[in-house]
Amino acid sequence: MAYTVRRPNLTFWEKLYLPNIVAGLAITFNHLKKMLKGETKVVMQYPEEKWDAQLPEYYRGAPTLVTDEHGRERCVSCQLCEFICPPRAIKITPGSLPTDSKFAKVEKAPQAFDIDMSRCIYCGLCEEVCPEQAIYLRKDYAVTGESRADMVHHKAKLYELGGSMPGLVHKWNPDK
Amino acid sequence: MSPILFWAFSALMLAFGVSVILNRDPVASALSLVASFLCLAALFVGLDAFFIGVIQVLVYAGAVMVLFLFIIMLLDLKAEKRRSFNKFALLGGAAVTALFVAGLLKVISAFPAGAKPFPALGVASVDDVRQVGLAIFTRFNLPFQTVGVLVLVASIGVIVLSRRQLK
Amino acid sequence: MDFLNDIPWMLIAASIAKTLFLIFGVVLPIVSYTVYAERRVSALIQDRLGPNRTGFPISLFGFEKDLQLFLGGLGQPIADAVKFLLKEEFTPAHVNKFYFWLAPVLAMVPALSTLAVLPFGNYLFGQKMVVADVNVGILYVFAIASIGVYGIVLAGWSSNSKYPFLGSIRASSQMISYELSLGLSAVPVLLIIGNLNLSQAIQYQIENGWLLLPFTDGNLTLRELLLWIPVLISFIIFTISMFAETNRLPFDLPESETELVAGYHTEYSAMKFALFFLGEYAAMIAGSSVIVVLFLGGWHIPFLPINTLESSTTPAGIALGFLHITAFFAKVVGILLFFIWVRWTLPRFRFDQLMKLGWLYLFEIALVNIFITAAILALVK
Ligand code: SF4
Ligand code: SF4
Repeated sequence: MAYTVRRPNLTFWEKLYLPNIVAGLAITFNHLKKMLKGETKVVMQYPEEKWDAQLPEYYRGAPTLVTDEHGRERCVSCQLCEFICPPRAIKITPGSLPTDSKFAKVEKAPQAFDIDMSRCIYCGLCEEVCPEQAIYLRKDYAVTGESRADMVHHKAKLYELGGSMPGLVHKWNPDK
Repeated sequence: MSPILFWAFSALMLAFGVSVILNRDPVASALSLVASFLCLAALFVGLDAFFIGVIQVLVYAGAVMVLFLFIIMLLDLKAEKRRSFNKFALLGGAAVTALFVAGLLKVISAFPAGAKPFPALGVASVDDVRQVGLAIFTRFNLPFQTVGVLVLVASIGVIVLSRRQLK
Repeated sequence: MDFLNDIPWMLIAASIAKTLFLIFGVVLPIVSYTVYAERRVSALIQDRLGPNRTGFPISLFGFEKDLQLFLGGLGQPIADAVKFLLKEEFTPAHVNKFYFWLAPVLAMVPALSTLAVLPFGNYLFGQKMVVADVNVGILYVFAIASIGVYGIVLAGWSSNSKYPFLGSIRASSQMISYELSLGLSAVPVLLIIGNLNLSQAIQYQIENGWLLLPFTDGNLTLRELLLWIPVLISFIIFTISMFAETNRLPFDLPESETELVAGYHTEYSAMKFALFFLGEYAAMIAGSSVIVVLFLGGWHIPFLPINTLESSTTPAGIALGFLHITAFFAKVVGILLFFIWVRWTLPRFRFDQLMKLGWLYLFEIALVNIFITAAILALVK
């Protein structure tokens, strides 16, 4: 049902409109003055001032690969993340663990793991889908490069960014 | 006024005038008319008649033609572009032009003063705006007022007519 | 080749020199820095900073760092210009090519030609600092300003798409409506001055005090005090109409971003767009100059001596001449800042409100104002 909003009855002074314009000008001028005198401080000067300390835990920065508490890579190259990634930023070449490894017969590991950061949209679906909790979006946001090739994060870089994440998945732990 | 400027602007004015008629696109015609008005204004300025020249631009090019263009664009006259020349209309137009030119020649040849070159004008020593003002408000006051009333009646008429349509 | 001798070469050379100085030396730099000021002031008003980092790109020539002057960001207009020049010049397939290319020119040229009659200074080097001292100066300004709408109208029409077209339709009706109140509100001033020549307008204000501040000649008579009321009214109406004529907010309906994408220049890019953009600012400068000439005494500085034709070649005269030119453009810049300030204060009008304001209020008030002025002029001696 449509209903009508009653317009307020304006006094002559308000209808004149000019006084209100002057009042508005005064407000904007005050903002200008305070900015010029440096009393307002809203803007952060980015490269000099950063907000890294205040980034929340759930911040979705660049996707990275993590190792577990024993320093072993968690990714088993199941390629689920490659499959789910909307912009197809991830490219995985599956490989096996070295034969001397205790787990060589049990699991696999990626031979190559590339994330093209010029494609990634930081959606977090890879983190969501990973059954091994091997891929996490960490706090790196300044991803730069001078060429397209520079923007591809290879496996080594991904582990370097990710570091280790002592975790919830315990199947690698013989004690548990 | 330098004769070069006079010939240049006259030629331009006539060229644009012809293009008003020849152009099939109404917008192009209207714009040619504007350009023609501007050249005419330049001719006035060359005669030291700044006031008339500027009013020419202000009223015709600046107001009347903008309204024209406004209407033409709103109507979007596509059909006009497709229409070909009508033979009879062309013939008729040519006949009228010939008659007009003949009449003009007749009058000029019968007017001996027209054959002599006009003595050069001195540099204008009086303010032409003042002259126009004085003429309008003293010698031609009655016609001026009458025209004013006429225009007022016309504009009131337009308002009345458009009001009635609204219902 | 008789007529070649008749051509006043000296006059032509002086006029060309003055035009070049005015356009390339003063107005275009002011235009580009007005754009910069617009961005900085709008940012400051909104508690932001605006472009404050672009320095002068001397690192291109092998220096370690770009030159950062006191505030920073002063190189922004250069960067903008380079960007506009290097961007792709895109002409959509569905436009009417000839008019599409013609329109930006028609937007820029009238704005710059208005400057021809503006007296931007007193005598300097034995020359009067005005390109064309015609006796219908103010009418010329109005005439050229009214031509300015063709650029917008053609841009919208030739773009062959809906939003630009709506923008240009709005522009033409807005211009025609506000030209009336603009012209009528100038009439009281012209009645007081008694002349259409802009140099004479300044001369009058030197002798009798600026119209808006009638005490600048050192004394204040009853007549001046009475006339001050209609002058103030016409100043307000003139300024409001000038906002509408130059398509500035709160009257920028032809390009209102929130409804019409970008209005008449939606389909334009790169330098063609830049011409519209610069034309708008050049028109602002022309408009502010007219306000300065009519109401704020032009180049006059109160209580300072004034150059004559003879004294303008002496060193002191040259200094004074430049001082007067500076004073003129300082006043213009002041008005420009006011334009910017208003833009970032007021929201946009609705189109019917715009039309109502123009036709029902400003037009009538300006008319009545003429009668008041005439009565005061006739009754109070
Ligand atoms: S990161 Fe996770 S989802 Fe992706 S391949 Fe490795 S184990 Fe599978
Ligand atoms: S965050 Fe999204 S886009 Fe980026 S790699 Fe993961 S799934 Fe792909």
